[in-house]
Amino acid sequence: MTVKEIFETMDYGTAPESAAEALAWLVDQGDRFGHFIDGAFTAPGDGFNATNPATGETLATLTQANQTDVDAAVDAARKAQPKWHKLGGEGRARHLYALARMIQKHARLFAVLETLDNGKPIREARDIDIPLVHRHFYFHAGIAQLIDSEQPDREPLGVCGQIIPWNFPLLMLAWKVAPALAAGNTVVLKPAEQTSLTALLFADICKRAGLPKGVVNIVIGDGTVGEMITTHDGIDKIAFTGSTEVGRAIRHATAGSGKALTLELGGKSPFIVFDDADLDSAIEGVVDAIWFNGGQVCCAGSRLIVQESVAEEFLRRLRTRMDKLTLGDPLDKSVDVGAIISGVQRDRITAMVSACDSGQHHILNAQIPAAGSFYPPTLITGLEAADPLMQEEIFGPVLVSTTFRTPSEAVQLANNTRYGLAASVWSENINLALDIAPKLAAGVVWINATNLFDAAAPFGGVRESGFGREGGWEGIAAYTKPVGKTKPLTKVEPFTGDTPAEGIDRTPKLYVGGKQARPDSGYSRPIRGKSGKLLGEVPQGNRKDIRNAVEAATAAASWGKTTGHLRAQIIYYIAENLSARADEFAAKIDAMTGGKRGKAEVEASITRLFTAAAWADKLDGQAKGVPMRGLALALREPVGVIGAICPDEAPLLGLVSLMAPALAMGNRVVIAASEPFPLAATDFYQVLDTSDVPAGVVNIITGCHADLAPTMAAHAGVDAVWNHSSTALSSAVEAASADTLKRTWVNNGMAVDWHKDQTRAILDHATEVKTVWVPYGE
Amino acid sequence: MTTQIPTTTDTQLPQVTEPRNPGMALDLDWVMRARANTSAIERRAAQIPARRSVKKDYQAAWLCRAISCIDLTTLSGDDTEGRVRRLCAKARQPVRPDILDAIGMQGLTVGAVCVYHEMVPAAVHALTGSGIPVAAVSTGFPAGLSPFHLRLAEIGESVKAGASEIDIVISRRHVLTGNWQALYDEMQQMRAACGEAHVKAILATGELGTLRNVARASLVCMMAGADFIKTSTGKESVNATLPVSLVMTRAIREYEGRTGYRAGYKPAGGISKAKDALTYLSLIKEELGDRWLRNDLFRFGASSLLGDIERQLEHHVTGAYSAGWRHPIG
Repeated sequence: MTVKEIFETMDYGTAPESAAEALAWLVDQGDRFGHFIDGAFTAPGDGFNATNPATGETLATLTQANQTDVDAAVDAARKAQPKWHKLGGEGRARHLYALARMIQKHARLFAVLETLDNGKPIREARDIDIPLVHRHFYFHAGIAQLIDSEQPDREPLGVCGQIIPWNFPLLMLAWKVAPALAAGNTVVLKPAEQTSLTALLFADICKRAGLPKGVVNIVIGDGTVGEMITTHDGIDKIAFTGSTEVGRAIRHATAGSGKALTLELGGKSPFIVFDDADLDSAIEGVVDAIWFNGGQVCCAGSRLIVQESVAEEFLRRLRTRMDKLTLGDPLDKSVDVGAIISGVQRDRITAMVSACDSGQHHILNAQIPAAGSFYPPTLITGLEAADPLMQEEIFGPVLVSTTFRTPSEAVQLANNTRYGLAASVWSENINLALDIAPKLAAGVVWINATNLFDAAAPFGGVRESGFGREGGWEGIAAYTKPVGKTKPLTKVEPFTGDTPAEGIDRTPKLYVGGKQARPDSGYSRPIRGKSGKLLGEVPQGNRKDIRNAVEAATAAASWGKTTGHLRAQIIYYIAENLSARADEFAAKIDAMTGGKRGKAEVEASITRLFTAAAWADKLDGQAKGVPMRGLALALREPVGVIGAICPDEAPLLGLVSLMAPALAMGNRVVIAASEPFPLAATDFYQVLDTSDVPAGVVNIITGCHADLAPTMAAHAGVDAVWNHSSTALSSAVEAASADTLKRTWVNNGMAVDWHKDQTRAILDHATEVKTVWVPYGE
Repeated sequence: MTTQIPTTTDTQLPQVTEPRNPGMALDLDWVMRARANTSAIERRAAQIPARRSVKKDYQAAWLCRAISCIDLTTLSGDDTEGRVRRLCAKARQPVRPDILDAIGMQGLTVGAVCVYHEMVPAAVHALTGSGIPVAAVSTGFPAGLSPFHLRLAEIGESVKAGASEIDIVISRRHVLTGNWQALYDEMQQMRAACGEAHVKAILATGELGTLRNVARASLVCMMAGADFIKTSTGKESVNATLPVSLVMTRAIREYEGRTGYRAGYKPAGGISKAKDALTYLSLIKEELGDRWLRNDLFRFGASSLLGDIERQLEHHVTGAYSAGWRHPIG
């Protein structure tokens, strides 16, 4: 076309970014890659091709890691770790700073290579991915600088196995590597087999930046390599980002291994538009929510929920906007939607969408390139919650939508999902927006925005979107542990004998929904003192009692909405009433345990209650220093319903130590009392009864931990399970939690000194961090 | 190289193809429903330059399109007939003929020449036969605080003197006090005073306080029959910006959606780089569509923009970066 003709058509033409430098780098590396282990690339071996999803062309040959490679990588990381830790935060900061600067210096090379390997538009790689990578290393250089002075009581976990997905290859590497290194860990990282190239370029950068060998190790390969990492004995922590299905498998595989685990999984994040929203801005929000990276984003706003009164107009404008999207060569600077990662993924999207014959399908009328894998942006309106596409994660540029009538219905629809990663809320009414944000089951809420990320702001999910946070000091918590040694916990056995009871018979019961309840089983179990004297007979709780208790706890949800001040008063009141009966509790504890620490245990329990009450209104959220005009508020929210299997050895103190912080933060608890010494717990419900604790907030079940724990762990209505039983149940609890991917806190058979105050650490287990982004400006 | 010289271009009075916006009754419900979320608009604005890119011949063509949409402007207290004649000569021949020959864009002119009332006769005279319209800023420009009857009279005088476009300034106080009826009435009377001349309503967005006010004022002016809405006088401390442009173009889009009439858009002040011009054209193309990429519906109010575009076009032709002195001043 001549200039004159273009002057008339005003077409954009093409604006391709050159791939020359990136291709030259591949050639320099011989177009073949081994692994990066102990500071050097291994010789290339058998493997597979890295292909450009936009063209199908081979970019390089990669090597599939075998067990020997993984062992070598873990060994290298293990060997390097103590020295890396001893280098100190300030020494590590300089290395992270060097990495940040190197990434900045080679930003365009990284961006182009990412686009070649992943198929995402160069605009996104250039303007979003790589700047965030750079920012992440910068931020964590700062964390490293400060960590020794800020967190003197924490130490690194050791060697971290990190498995990352193909949708943000280098960014996810940064999210994993930077905090791990800052905290003094070393890593073995496996990029997705579809997108390994920028990780290999990063390895090259590590080498050039003089990072000590063995600190970062990168092994290449498919899921089998991931399994080798997951199950490797030499690894202390697994951090995984990817599908919920694989996350669940990893939870199973690591159950009982003692490995720390964080999972950042799938989502079906709601995008809620109220009738008072700036509709045109919300529409641009939709573009950034679902057509960013072709919708291959775990936190993609993929479920549009629009208020009925504006739905028709909103959807009309949205279709018009969608029709303006450009699809094609990802290296073209004017392309909005690039390639889908692979033919497999494209076919999966196609199959899911073609199976949906309800709703109105609006598809971008774009020329689909003949080579490579592409999928056109699609909007399906008029679906209902019952339609599979409203529930299933598509992981493609497909937006589904439905409507709502009222704010509470919006919340109900938004939360009607197995996932809970992110949510986007659009309203010009700050009262409405800030009322909705805390009600959404999501780890991240964006108000009048979407897909905002920053190294300083925690990111992560609830429900089947996984657990753990990445970013900020909260993210560092996932890469550190308390300093100190732990001792194995020995099983506490009940006493036996046949001496009858004295005095008038008392019948301890279960405590469910604020009432004493007989056990479903109809069985009771004798509890004897050291001399064999019968002290009482406690109910044998079973799975149905757990069910009833969870039901009661669920019904007591309003506890989470009470003020910290109110919860503090009630917890103080429990302490007051326990104090009034201190002697009786002390005597009962001594009688059950055959020891003399009863008095100390009651005293410590009262102190724990005071401490928890003190914290009830003091575990502050934080406004994060994100580079934006606005607030990114990391709020501490209650986890919800917590199942707590209480320590056997400290029958009252163990229970109170777990219960009090949970209550203080607004959780409801279902407690499995000390198995050998349950009578302190059954007396304790009388204290609760007289202390204004609302019905259902605390529920106490007695019985066999081995029976009760798996039921709790598998119950979909339980949001977290804590296991401190002296029975070896950590493995069973973690395994049973896998299906619902609930967060767990288990003792791994190690003892906790309950006479030492653990409250502050427990508060972290008792809360979820929700990051609410509130950009502002007038 | 194209040697065919078109006898006319669409830069010459294309208004005949587009029915004028007749306006409508003031719809306060609609006005009050207008929303503008500043931070979201800023994020979108930040994407506009990054989401689309035009290179090589496309860039040259787009820059020519930008020239065809320029209201070449001089609004200085020291303007003289001589100064205006020089500007008008530049309007007729905005780019060196050899450069236009090289890209086959002979006959390219700017969209209009924009002057104060006193300079209208000189401009009309200097542009005779060129088909380039003369626009006059009016109504007590830039503050718009002279007596209302005089402001209306000023419009009449400028039209009588040969201005075919009138750039009026609205009373910012009507916006700031929420007196939308007064704004509507004022605009309607100004439109009437313009007669056949097209009226551009300058909102002085830098003085309206909020983007929401910009959205509302845009709607009210279109309801009262503005042919164009324009950002600024060029005299405010903040002139045309991308966020303001998003708000105003979205208002135009919504107005067209409801009434079927297309109002034009004129960002003015602060647009001085060729790259900025491309960004604005891209914004218009994305938000309003190709129909608006013609100078009957889009203008740049600019004085120094042309110079930068000339240098870019010479670079396009020669491959070497240019310098200001190589191009005739206007």
